[in-house]
Amino acid sequence: MTLVLSQLFTGISIGAVLLLIALGLSLTFGQMNVINMAHGELIMAGAYTVYMLQKVIGGAGFSLLVALPVAFVVAGLMGVLIEVLLIRRLYARPLDTLLVTWGVSLLLQQAARDLFGAPNVQTRAPSALTGSIHLTDDLAISSSRVFILALALIAVAAVTVVLKTTPLGRRIRAVMQNRDLAAVSGLATGRVDRLTFFIGSGLAGIAGVALTLIGPIGPTMGTNIIVNAFLVVVVGGIGQLKGTVIVAFVLGIVQSMVEYTTTVSVASVIVFVVIVAFLQWRPQGLFTLRTRSLA
Amino acid sequence: MFRIRGRRSATIVATVAALAALTACGAKTDDSSSASAAGATIDTSGSSIKVGLLNSLSGTMAISEVTVRDSLKLAIEEINAGGGVLGKQIEPVSEDGASDWPTFAEKSQKLISQDKVAAVFGCWTSASRKAVKPVFEKNKSLLFYPVQYEGLEQSPYIFYTGATTNQQIVPGLDYLKAQGKTSLYLVGSDYVFPRTANKIIKAYAEANGMKVLGEDYAPLGSTEFSTIANKVKAAGASAIFNTLNGDSNVAFFKEYKSAGLTAEKMPVVSVSIAEEEVKSIGTQYLAGQLTAWNYYQTTEGAANEKFVKAYKAKYGADKPTSDPMEAAYTSVYLWKAMVEKAGSFDVEKVKAAAAAGGITYDAPEGKVTVDGPTQHIYKTARIGKVGDDGLIKEVWNSGEPIKPDPYLKGYSWATGLS
Amino acid sequence: MTTLQDPPVAVEASAAKAPRRFHALIGFGLAAVVLFALAPVALGDFRLGLLAKYLCLAIVAVGIGLAWGRGGMLTLGQGVFFGLGGYAMAMHLKLADAGPGELPDFMQLYGQLDALPWWWKPFANPAFALAATVLLPMLVAFLLGLLIFRRRVRGAYFAILSQALCAALAIFLIGQQGTTGGTNGLTDIQGFFGYDLNDPINRRMIYFIVAAALLAVLGVAWQLMRSRFGELLVAVRDGEERVRFLGYDPANVKLVAYVVAAGMAGLAGALFVPAVGIISPAMIGVVPSIEFVIGVAVGGRASLIGPALGAIAVAWAKTALSEKLPSAWTYFEGLLFILPVVFLPGGLASLAMYLRRRRSTSTEVTS
Repeated sequence: MTLVLSQLFTGISIGAVLLLIALGLSLTFGQMNVINMAHGELIMAGAYTVYMLQKVIGGAGFSLLVALPVAFVVAGLMGVLIEVLLIRRLYARPLDTLLVTWGVSLLLQQAARDLFGAPNVQTRAPSALTGSIHLTDDLAISSSRVFILALALIAVAAVTVVLKTTPLGRRIRAVMQNRDLAAVSGLATGRVDRLTFFIGSGLAGIAGVALTLIGPIGPTMGTNIIVNAFLVVVVGGIGQLKGTVIVAFVLGIVQSMVEYTTTVSVASVIVFVVIVAFLQWRPQGLFTLRTRSLA
Repeated sequence: MFRIRGRRSATIVATVAALAALTACGAKTDDSSSASAAGATIDTSGSSIKVGLLNSLSGTMAISEVTVRDSLKLAIEEINAGGGVLGKQIEPVSEDGASDWPTFAEKSQKLISQDKVAAVFGCWTSASRKAVKPVFEKNKSLLFYPVQYEGLEQSPYIFYTGATTNQQIVPGLDYLKAQGKTSLYLVGSDYVFPRTANKIIKAYAEANGMKVLGEDYAPLGSTEFSTIANKVKAAGASAIFNTLNGDSNVAFFKEYKSAGLTAEKMPVVSVSIAEEEVKSIGTQYLAGQLTAWNYYQTTEGAANEKFVKAYKAKYGADKPTSDPMEAAYTSVYLWKAMVEKAGSFDVEKVKAAAAAGGITYDAPEGKVTVDGPTQHIYKTARIGKVGDDGLIKEVWNSGEPIKPDPYLKGYSWATGLS
Repeated sequence: MTTLQDPPVAVEASAAKAPRRFHALIGFGLAAVVLFALAPVALGDFRLGLLAKYLCLAIVAVGIGLAWGRGGMLTLGQGVFFGLGGYAMAMHLKLADAGPGELPDFMQLYGQLDALPWWWKPFANPAFALAATVLLPMLVAFLLGLLIFRRRVRGAYFAILSQALCAALAIFLIGQQGTTGGTNGLTDIQGFFGYDLNDPINRRMIYFIVAAALLAVLGVAWQLMRSRFGELLVAVRDGEERVRFLGYDPANVKLVAYVVAAGMAGLAGALFVPAVGIISPAMIGVVPSIEFVIGVAVGGRASLIGPALGAIAVAWAKTALSEKLPSAWTYFEGLLFILPVVFLPGGLASLAMYLRRRRSTSTEVTS
């Protein structure tokens, strides 16, 4: 029983990481139908922000807290730059943005290699986040995982509040549901796009901060995790935050359970098969945006 | 479903026929014309002699392989400053394997047939070595491979200057056994070296009364280790044998620490973590853990002091030296010794000189000797402990260089492994 | 299945097609002269071997051009089919090298098997293996396409799924080291249907086979593109719903293009094995699969010859540049993804088209 519980929590924590990575993607993919393959490198930018801040500030815990807003802004600005320079020119060609942003991701990876060196860099985690919390005598959960889970939930809550209650959120939803109508109604869709991209990319920066607690920090850290995050967005349904949340956790739990009983390589194949089967049932993802459009 | 008109199918048929006709102009194996696969020609005409350096300078393996390339260059510079080999200066031709196995094969072919090099130094992963092995055998050209590996190989055209399994893994297990560890958990990246190493470990454990409580592989580059950490913790083994590679180590040790495991309760013996990796994982996570190698930056001896000093002078004081770098550095000197003994750059003569025995070099790791029959080298095994300063301190060594035994023929428990 | 009625337009169009066919024949002739006469004379054994490898990549590119350029399906998963074709061929060659009744070398080392696994056995038969190199990828593509296109999964969804398929297959192959060779893949291939691959003459022969295969694949793509199917495919790309309303099933049209592209990738994989001597999961993963696409984007996705030329050019640039400046190559590769796609979506082929159009308008004016 303890094992099942601890494995369940592991699944949830894998899900939380996936969620944190996929949240920003889900926003930009939902609103602009843009697949940002450089999302992983924005995560990397967030992680390197922690590294740089620790060099400047020192203290592991304090610099981690400072890194959260700083990484949000750094990654957000990088995202806006990508949007303004490239993606804006390609709104009618979503598949082309996929290739272009892949190119951007290669550039950013090499830039990181030239700036910080090819080997991984290390950051120190605050001592409060390196141990584990004992729930019972033999059931312990790692505190960094709890931190990430909390961070993911806060991020989801914040995004939901912004989308549902603020004027900006109203505009984002309007553009998401019908871009042309929103434009005709006098909305500056270009500005809304940039803001969405800023938030979405900023969330990648926050994910990067969280990842420094559990994984390596290096030029290729983004590519290792991004494919699964894309699957989460696709299966969750375009522009559907709740879909992304549910799918992230379900996928995390499925993966951890299968991994536990079989091997990692079998787990990855099974997850893929499950996803293809799922899309047979719901080709537009778990939740779909109701529109009258044909496409 | 779609009709293809007659004329069109005719063109297709014609192309296929042409293809078949072309096949006929090759030479069958038994044809006399195929006897031309002669040995590689080495360009010895100039005042310098070319050697190839084949390492990944880009891609995922670049992190490790660039350091090997750097120490190869250092060795070549030193030899050139001392007058070269047989009076010729060594001219290195550097090629990028790009962490891609077919590229390794392609570049080694280029080095042999275009640059006409006397020998090639390089490769890191087993996969890249397996990819180039047929190229070197086919062209009868020499490769010096500087990385510890999974054994079970003995190519007549490769010299192995890294450890084989009985010089690294078996001593590591001996050490654990001497420490009274009775059960093991095996964690590794999913590729040839860990799988083969773990097979050996299981055979060893069975013969020595140790239990293997579990065995897990993560895909190369995988960074999600929470499940594996759970399994490790639940199994409660007295030690972990770690054959993970690269990025995965960082994630594994972070998860290991989060799970509340410590070096005192459940030490990890790693065989792919050298000084450079310690730097990127962090002593916060690694201090107190064990490694099994044949060389550390802290290894004592005048030869090592000289090597470390020269390396840091050339590449920077913060750059550590590690086992594969040392083995690469040594490999150039061993080649020089063989060439000088043979009095020629000719591959067969160099091989004969090595086979005759007595090729030694006072390497940073201590005196090494080439074992003629296996083309591996005698190496001293060393178990080290990661210190708080990020350096690895030796806690045990085998006392004398161990004879290489790539097929573990000298170990009764290993019968049936190869 | 879709029924196709001859539209009346086609009759008028066929008159205009005659000179086009003539141009195409000249083009094929030129290509044949370059590949079969010029290249073997001008290049040494080593460079010719490299060209053979590039031509394999070009064959994949022709298929991608068909599926993506003409059909609008961005296949980021061609590595899967390339790999299936390559493994099918390599399995046979390994078995042939080992000799009847013997296990391939790596199985003896890592697999510790007593007998050949059942799914290896049929590959001992050369005819089966040869057929499998092309038919196996096509079959997988057919099944997957059937599932995906019927449910109208498309666009980015399709791209992401095909990418995930790559990752899954690569990880799976690596996991089965005893029977697939793991990360090492299948290496050390000595012979090719009785021909010794160590012999330079036979390696030249491989080059000729690859070159012939590229021409054949170009021929097939040409036929498909100018057939009514080709027109339908473009129509599906530009307005899938309209095609559906016209009474066709777009799923079938896409399926055919996808399956053909898969077959081409399989063929390329099969030829890659004797040309390079290795097939490994590294050729299947996410990165190589997306790299197949750059050449197509650079050369011109919708044209016939553009993808092939683009793939050859990019592969050549990679070899040339990464020899000199490995880090510059990554920047260059990144820019290759960005610049042509943003500023020249038609690729170099559209540049050529543009020049031709200018020339033809100017001649009209003068005449």
